[in-house]
Amino acid sequence: MFQRLQRSLDLQTEVGKKISIHIGVLSLQGCIQPHEPHLKALGATFVEVKTKEDLNQIDGLILPGGESTSILKLIDLFSLETDLMKTFNQVPTWGICAGAILMARKVASPKQKSFKILNITVQRNSYGRQSDSFNTEIDGYCVSFIRAPKINWVGPEIHVLARYNQEPVWVSYGHWMASTFHPELNSNTPSPMHRQFFESVVKHAQSKIGPKKLR
Amino acid sequence: MENQRKSTNQETIDLKIGLAEMLKGGVIMDVVNPEQAKIAEDAGAVAVMALERVPSDIRAQGGVARMSCPDMIAEIMKAVSIPVMAKCRIGHFVEAQILEALGVDYIDESEVLSPADEAYHILKSEFKVPFVCGATNLGEALRRIGEGAALIRTKGEAGTGNIVEGVQHLRQIQQDIRKILHLDPSELMTEAKNLGAPYELLLQIKKTGKLPVPNFAAGGVATPADAALMMQLGAESVFVGSGIFKSESPALYAKSIVKAVAQYKDPKEILEASKKLSSPMRGMDVSKIAAESRFADRGW
Repeated sequence: MFQRLQRSLDLQTEVGKKISIHIGVLSLQGCIQPHEPHLKALGATFVEVKTKEDLNQIDGLILPGGESTSILKLIDLFSLETDLMKTFNQVPTWGICAGAILMARKVASPKQKSFKILNITVQRNSYGRQSDSFNTEIDGYCVSFIRAPKINWVGPEIHVLARYNQEPVWVSYGHWMASTFHPELNSNTPSPMHRQFFESVVKHAQSKIGPKKLR
Repeated sequence: MENQRKSTNQETIDLKIGLAEMLKGGVIMDVVNPEQAKIAEDAGAVAVMALERVPSDIRAQGGVARMSCPDMIAEIMKAVSIPVMAKCRIGHFVEAQILEALGVDYIDESEVLSPADEAYHILKSEFKVPFVCGATNLGEALRRIGEGAALIRTKGEAGTGNIVEGVQHLRQIQQDIRKILHLDPSELMTEAKNLGAPYELLLQIKKTGKLPVPNFAAGGVATPADAALMMQLGAESVFVGSGIFKSESPALYAKSIVKAVAQYKDPKEILEASKKLSSPMRGMDVSKIAAESRFADRGW
């Protein structure tokens, strides 16, 4: 059983190489580079996304950790809002920490603008300040919660992929995914979260291209 | 293979460096009150440095410069949702204990304040709160990292609005790193002795090709062009001290510098960020500052 699972993952990686999956990381501010080794380990190409043109080159998008107020300001300064919304609808998107805040339907403490694509409410800096940051294992893999937000409400359609202290910390809906923690800081690549996201990007790309072209 | 993977799964992540990673590609602004902190946050700052006087005022007023009043720092922490940093004097570990108890997110053991110890820096690894320290060359950077600093910044002459020293420090650290990459492994111990740096950290640089912690620019940044210059030279974020609130229009300067740092590789965007700006802070010639008033020479 396990072997079969492993083989199917390898096959997908192989497929990823063939159709050359490009995964973008929104590179306005924050934790960008640490994603590269994880994506590379999966056979995907890491792309820094800074402009509207960059958004057209990718099969999946990561909204990285950083300061959500700062990233929001930069999206506004460079007029990326409309194109980002278009990209969210077209390709799988994964928001991490600040990125999850950007995707949430509602943001509290303090209230803040967001793209409202995931039916969750998020409370910023909910575990406390930096001295309250911590590492823990999610799915047997060490991840960091750094000045992390909490997801304090999820809509009935939201799929909860992992919880910490009973509270959801990793969720998905359709081709959207959000986590309040950072797997990218772990140097053991690829993280299970990157793998899961990569698989959804491959599936999405396959459905668009059609299976025949892959062979 | 699978077993090996399992065991390395347990490795822990350095949370102190982790926060520095989150601050990359951003601007950290000096602020002296909650109003300025709000202006900085609204302009897109990734963090603020809470202090009583900006470096140019410390320089003008003289006297002993100490850690800021905790009440003032607490007010700033209440006013904004972004991380708040604060400075303590070099070697003054009790000021650092107070700042940690207060809950600041990062401590800057800073040469801008009057040093409390002329021989020893704080043993930063004993604290849970992360520290940033200034460095003018690789040896100094690695001594601070050896003591537990999770972030290094240049020691450009603060409060001068003159970028010349910051540029020199950044280039020096990179030249020192390039030298290590070229050395034969058998030559590293002597290089460690020459630099006055921990040997293990040299081995790490030889392996990874970079400093073990992020490296930010600080000191003398006055314009969007200065900030983009430091980023193109390899800094990963920029601290701006007197440059914002000593300019004629702080909110506009703050926004423009944030913009220039985010698109530092794109001259068209830096041009946009540089337009319609009123006068920057006045600035001064670093070579005309008396040796005893030079901040960058403090720390060892």
